[in-house]
Amino acid sequence: MTEQALTAPTLPQARAVNIRGATMRAIYIIWKRDLIRYWRDRMRVFASLAQPVLFLFVFGSGLSSSLRGSTGGFGGPGSSLQYVQFIFPGIIGMSVLFTSIFGAMSIVWDREFGFLKEVLVAPIHRSAVAIGKTLGGATQAMFQGIVILILAPLVGVKLTFLGVAELIPMIFLFAFALSALGVAVAARMRTMQGFQMVMNFLMMPLFFLAGALFPLGGNLPAWLSVLTRFDPASYGIDALRRTVLTASGVPSRVLDTLGLTIFGHPLSVWPEEAVLVAFGVLMMSLAVYGFRQRD
Amino acid sequence: MPQPVISVRDLVKTYGKVEAVRGIDLEVRSGEIFGFLGPNGAGKSTTISILCTLIRPTSGVAQVAGIDVLKDPSAVRARIGLVFQDPSLDGQLTGRENLDFHAYLYGLPASTRKQRIDDALSIVELTDRADSTVLTYSGGMRRRLEIARGILHYPQVLFLDEPTLGLDPQTRNKIWDYLHSVRTREHITIFMTTHYMDEAEFCDRIAIIDQGKIVALGTPSELKTKVGGDVVTITTPDTAFASEEIRRVMQLEATQVDGTLLVEVPDSASFMPRLFSELSVPITAVSARRPSLDDVFLKLTGRAIREQGNTSLDTMRNMGRIWGAGRR
Repeated sequence: MTEQALTAPTLPQARAVNIRGATMRAIYIIWKRDLIRYWRDRMRVFASLAQPVLFLFVFGSGLSSSLRGSTGGFGGPGSSLQYVQFIFPGIIGMSVLFTSIFGAMSIVWDREFGFLKEVLVAPIHRSAVAIGKTLGGATQAMFQGIVILILAPLVGVKLTFLGVAELIPMIFLFAFALSALGVAVAARMRTMQGFQMVMNFLMMPLFFLAGALFPLGGNLPAWLSVLTRFDPASYGIDALRRTVLTASGVPSRVLDTLGLTIFGHPLSVWPEEAVLVAFGVLMMSLAVYGFRQRD
Repeated sequence: MPQPVISVRDLVKTYGKVEAVRGIDLEVRSGEIFGFLGPNGAGKSTTISILCTLIRPTSGVAQVAGIDVLKDPSAVRARIGLVFQDPSLDGQLTGRENLDFHAYLYGLPASTRKQRIDDALSIVELTDRADSTVLTYSGGMRRRLEIARGILHYPQVLFLDEPTLGLDPQTRNKIWDYLHSVRTREHITIFMTTHYMDEAEFCDRIAIIDQGKIVALGTPSELKTKVGGDVVTITTPDTAFASEEIRRVMQLEATQVDGTLLVEVPDSASFMPRLFSELSVPITAVSARRPSLDDVFLKLTGRAIREQGNTSLDTMRNMGRIWGAGRR
């Protein structure tokens, strides 16, 4: 130390390492990097809209006309709810789900391209990587979900200002839970191929079981009904659906028959959000643990 | 006697049965450029990874900036800068954003962050391109940016693992210019590995490592005195016979490399006439030169540095290396 002072009198000395402060800054910059990359890659933002738009307007509108049938609306006799309106919140959920998981995939990408090394050798706590990447992925997914809201008038979903204000934190929480899941998986993956395989066995089941495209409260076969209740995305999408459709003037009676039930009891938004928080925190811990194992 | 910046005692690292590092002792002084020289698979990268706390030694002691790498790896990491063998920049960020990212990770104070980034960019002459994305940079520019990043947080030691691998000779020389100016401006110690013998001449001191052990350590000129006098290269149609004859008639050891013979002689001017008169084999070509570090390596190990078969460790290392091209 004294010798360093002799040779380099004008340079600041290496400061004592404050791991906690360093970790907070690291979370911030890892999150910020994800957002910079997101804005820089605007083409991706538009390209990723293609899938939800197809689902909503082609799949949704197509099925709407045949499901209208003789009963009137999709929500049972006397209801004016159309299928395309029913799946609208599900499509928000789909967009959030896919963006979250692909956001987490960038960790494996970083590992393959060497950038992750730069982060892993820094004098910070490894949890910063898990938390920073989860928040970064969740923020991107939240934006992708909010973008879908713009399509609401085109499918006859009426949104109020208050409804939107309510939806944004819900979308973020949903995005957080799924990003944490993605990061927990990505932390353990070493190659892109392996990751894609896990995603095929994870992402598509999560999407199809979440009730994005069909009501979970209906007469599902017992095995399917059970599986859908174990999908965290079911709770996120049901909460979005209740909020969106309530704002759009659909009576709660209709929502209860279509929505998620546990042992026959319809759920409300708050318990569903609690499930997401619990799942997100659990996955976050697994992600932190995954990064703490020394590479 | 000043404290050494790096001190290593009896360092060993084994992977299963493969001994990558077999008992290394080393001291690096403050402010010097120390080169770690050897063929691929000699244990250079393993040693540097241990010093950077990326892998744990099997046994032995290693201290960097006075701190034991096993006892307080975080403190070591805060005091060292790293330039990896494989690129580790974010291509979608600009040069400045890459440095900003690093500044946050290493906790540079907000008041001086911007100034420090500007300074680092100007040392490696990237100020003009600082706001272009790294994807648009050439290989040499990326290396320079990595050097700027490596010194950003005022480390005491900058470690570079094969910093010129895969770059063309002109760019390699430029990188060396930058490293020398970094050393002068930042009063930093530089520890680097290379398998280019000619580059080792730019170092203050070098350690030659082969098969996990240090076989020689000293300044480049000290090491060259280990090769006596001049090196004479002889080409003949019958290398084996000529080698035998040189030993029998002239009492000199000749080493075969790439179908030519190398002979060390105290004075090449008086040796050449003798060569022509005393040898019965025809000589196609002959040349004499001052010894290079290649000759030192050849003398110490009996092999040329770039022409040996891959050991199992080599193969293991090369697997999974994305960027291994560019040697020989």
